[in-house]
Amino acid sequence: MARITAGVASSHVPLLGVAVDQGKTGDDYFGPIFAGYEWTKAWEKEEKPDVVILVYNDHASAFDMKIIPTFAIGCGERYKSADEGWGPRPVPDVEGHADLGWHIAQSLILDEFDMTIINEMDVDHGMTVPLSMMFGQPEKWPVKVVPLAVNVVTYPVPSGNRCWALGEAIARAVESFPEDLNVQIWGTGGMSHQLQGPRAGLLNREWDNKFLDMLIGDSDAARFIPHLEYLRETGSEGIEMVMWLVMRGALGKKTKCLHRHYHIPCSNTAIGHLVLEPTE
Amino acid sequence: MTAPTERQNIHDYIAAFDDIPGTRVFTAARARKGYWLNQFAMSLMTPENREAWKADERKYLENWPMSDDQKEAILARDYNRCLDLGGNVYFLAKVFSTDGLSFAEAVSTMTDMTFPEYREMMNKGGRSPQGNRSIKGGY
Repeated sequence: MARITAGVASSHVPLLGVAVDQGKTGDDYFGPIFAGYEWTKAWEKEEKPDVVILVYNDHASAFDMKIIPTFAIGCGERYKSADEGWGPRPVPDVEGHADLGWHIAQSLILDEFDMTIINEMDVDHGMTVPLSMMFGQPEKWPVKVVPLAVNVVTYPVPSGNRCWALGEAIARAVESFPEDLNVQIWGTGGMSHQLQGPRAGLLNREWDNKFLDMLIGDSDAARFIPHLEYLRETGSEGIEMVMWLVMRGALGKKTKCLHRHYHIPCSNTAIGHLVLEPTE
Repeated sequence: MTAPTERQNIHDYIAAFDDIPGTRVFTAARARKGYWLNQFAMSLMTPENREAWKADERKYLENWPMSDDQKEAILARDYNRCLDLGGNVYFLAKVFSTDGLSFAEAVSTMTDMTFPEYREMMNKGGRSPQGNRSIKGGY
């Protein structure tokens, strides 16, 4: 039986990808950010997950304004790195797990989550930056990935409660997959940041850390945070944190924190990173 | 906190966004208004289109059914104006990436700071939420 063994949360700032690609991860600016991922890199080498369900958002790369799926799941064999305006990142293709992807898609739809199914798309920094943070620069990514894209750009985006419930349904879907697979679920994006308008640059260390606290243990209070609170407290792009709730929802009633990292700033953004384990 | 069973009123939900200082939330109204502005920006994801755009920006825009205001705002790289006209920053990012600007530098042009000032603010912990959460509430 497949099982979800851990949850990982991480910011996915595009500049982190630039730092990796240009060999700057040890410099004065990036060093303290990447240092907080060293523990996780070593842990991932031990854990050797077979598949990562990677919850992320597309930043006007695969999806433009023509079609805006609220929740979409990748069921394809592989995904290429997107050209976001400066050429594709020089990273390996992301290999999908089509069997698990389709199984989860079918299970979710029967479970009343009306998913959009994607067979072909390019993936942008929302996906490739977390892979670089956790695995460095391998010739081939050491895991297969089931992409789970969430609309956090055009309002209304899904509620935190719905994201959490989707995570719960993903856990049920994974548990009913017959193959023996070690599956992790990652929630990406965040933490506080605002990339637009005169209020750009807003960061909120206190709120971010309160949010990190809420994902550890048996509280489910985070699922009821309204969009307006994310917008006021964490900036317009802080809303990406609802994607962390898909991850948290999939871990069940209670979690244990294995690793935690927080750093300000990276470009316009507060970096947050958690590694969680389900405890029951 | 909203109770899980409480149904949101869509009008109240959208109206509340206007109370956030210096922020344009990308609502359906903005998405409709900015449709072609955003789709134009999206077209810069291929090297051929970027070359054509760089060769003659004004001519490139002739092919897009954008308003004159939208065209002038893009040509002037007035990103706050672009937001007002329905632009979304992830789409506009294709324009400033083509210009060779980093996210931080492009974003700084929407504030009242120079890029070095903005960078310094970020390195010192970013813009404080204090006084920046609510126009009406002033907190």
